Order: sequence, then structure tokens, then C-alpha cells
Amino acid sequence: MCDHCGCTLVDDHHHDHDHTHDHTHDHHHGQPETDSRVLAVRQSLLSRNDRLAERNRGVFMAHGITAVNIMSSPGSGKTALLERTLTDGADRYRMGVLVGDLATENDARRMRAKGVKAIQITTGTACHLDAHMVHHALEQLDLNAMELVFIENVGNLVCPASFDLGEALRVVVMAVTEGEDKPLKYPVIFHDASLVLINKLDLADAVEFRREEALANIRHVAPRAEVFEVSARTGQGMEAWYQWLEGRMARKKSAVS
Amino acid sequence: MHELGLAQEALDVALATAQRQGARRIVAMHLRIGGLSGVVPEALRFALETITAGTPAEGARILMERVIPFCRCEACGGEYEVVDCSYACPMCGDTRGRLSRGKELDLVSLEVA
Repeated sequence: MCDHCGCTLVDDHHHDHDHTHDHTHDHHHGQPETDSRVLAVRQSLLSRNDRLAERNRGVFMAHGITAVNIMSSPGSGKTALLERTLTDGADRYRMGVLVGDLATENDARRMRAKGVKAIQITTGTACHLDAHMVHHALEQLDLNAMELVFIENVGNLVCPASFDLGEALRVVVMAVTEGEDKPLKYPVIFHDASLVLINKLDLADAVEFRREEALANIRHVAPRAEVFEVSARTGQGMEAWYQWLEGRMARKKSAVS
Repeated sequence: MHELGLAQEALDVALATAQRQGARRIVAMHLRIGGLSGVVPEALRFALETITAGTPAEGARILMERVIPFCRCEACGGEYEVVDCSYACPMCGDTRGRLSRGKELDLVSLEVA
């Protein structure tokens, strides 16, 4: 592969660059340095992760699986939300779960208690899941038996945003207890979300949650995101979340057929 | 973000490229960092300067090109700078602009000897 433009032609081709040169000449840029030459690289530092993410994406698509990357700060209620989803969805969807945590298998155990196959990814020190970890975890799932896979990311509103896992959908969960300005403080992760779930609605009165302010803040940093208010504990609002999932699963199926 | 991990990736790619091209030394590394990439350029520079020690890239000049994030408005077609993560179009007020640049995290080129 040509190091100048990345193409697979080896000889007799031209590059459109800021200046003209050919393969056989060395030339100098900037400060003079004996016999120095410039090699074009043009590679993203995230390309290794992105390549694996695309591979994961292909695996999901081949099995007709809708993969959902669920992100939030620690303590927003991601796991409880998934537990509720697994319970309510037991007869509706064929589901699997990947859970990321630095330590413990607690969350995967909670999912399995709902009768769903769950794989715990213990990252050790990594504060986010990446495509490589997901790739290996998928090897432990019977993908033929699933149509919906939830990937519960490590509790962290910063780093997970930068790592494509191969998911179809990104969901950010935010609890009413976290403050109405949370979206403004973490704009990147909210902007990348297709859906924002405002959780722990049952506590809204107790914390005097300013709903309109929170919704306005989400609209400001994530104008394309849908927003549902839910309580994983009481079940309030959860049907909208299920309908949203079903709509996207159906969309995928019709796209494939 | 993970400047150390990214620095390692940059160094790995740089050393592999240099070796493929038969270069003995990496004299400079040109990186392009988008304003919305989540990377702190100074931290990346510090990490690179640390891990290049003892490698053919030791002492390499680190060139950081920063890309200002720009959006293209879907409603009016205008291009505008993204300031403070606000995606609202200053021309027409629509908020659904698509980022045209600003998330880059690239090793652009190397100067080798």
C-alpha cells in the first residue's frame, strides 16, 4: 500500500498534494534536516477500535440483532432499568446483555436472575467499554437466539462517548437526582444519543426536579434525541421505551428484507 | 480522555510506518486534533514526549494542528462554528446542524530521516 495516499496502486500514479513530488525524490519540509522526508499517514488514532466496531456491527446485522449501547453516570439506575426491561420483555423479545464494570459480577448476576443470558465484562482499570472487549464478549453469546442485545456501559459520562462498540443505538440514562444541568456539563455524550431516558421519576417531587429546565437543556445539546421520562422502580413511562425499541427493531427487519 | 493510550497508538502507527519505509529516525509527528475530539492537546503532547523516549521517535517534534468544529445547517445550508457545544445555527436558529469537522484524531504525517 502506498504510504503517500493509501491506495493499493504501486507504480505510475499521481497524487494531488499541496505541492508536487514523486516517489523517487526526497524533499525537505520546514527546518532543514539532512535527508529527511515526509511520509503521509492520515490515520485516525481510533481506527483500530473503529475497525473492530464495524466488525461487531456486521456480526449484529448478520444475526438480525439490534444492539443498544446504554451509557450514564454511575448510580443513574441503568441496571435497574435493564432489570425491569428484561422482566417486562421476557415474553416479547429475545434478549441478551453485556455488562461492563471495573470490578464485580454483580450486574450480570442481576440480569441472569431475570432469566436472560448476561456476560459480565470486568475491565479492571478501563473506564469504558471498547469494541475489542465487546468482540470477545459476543463470542460467549448464542447470537442466533437473540434479536435485542443491551450493552450496559461502564458508569461514566465522558469516555464511553468516544468508543464505537458496533451498536445500532445509543441511549443515555439520566436520573432526576442528577441535576437539570447534567446535559450541559456532558454535551458530547448527550449529543451522540438517539434517546435520553430520564429515570427515577418517582423521586422527582422529593428532589424538586425542574422538568422543563432539564428538557430544554437536553434539547440544547442533543436536538435530535428523543426523551422519555421513566421510573424503572414503578414502571411508569416504560412502555414508551419498549415501543421505541420495537420501532427500531422493526425498522431494521424491514430494511433487511 | 485517554491521551496515554492514544499516544501509544500514534507511536505504534508511526514506528510501523517508518520501519516499512526504511527510515531510521522519526524527526517530527504531525497530528490533527478536532476541538470536539475530547482530547487535551497538551496532555497528548506530554504523553508522546514521555513514551517516545528510547524509541526511534525520541526527541521528535510534535506538531499539533487543531481543528475548530464547524457545523453545516440542515435548514439553511450555512456553515458555522460550534461554540460551547451549542449547535444552534446563528443564521436561522435551527438546532439540527451536522458536524462537518471537529472530531478528528489523526496522525497526519511523519518527517523521517
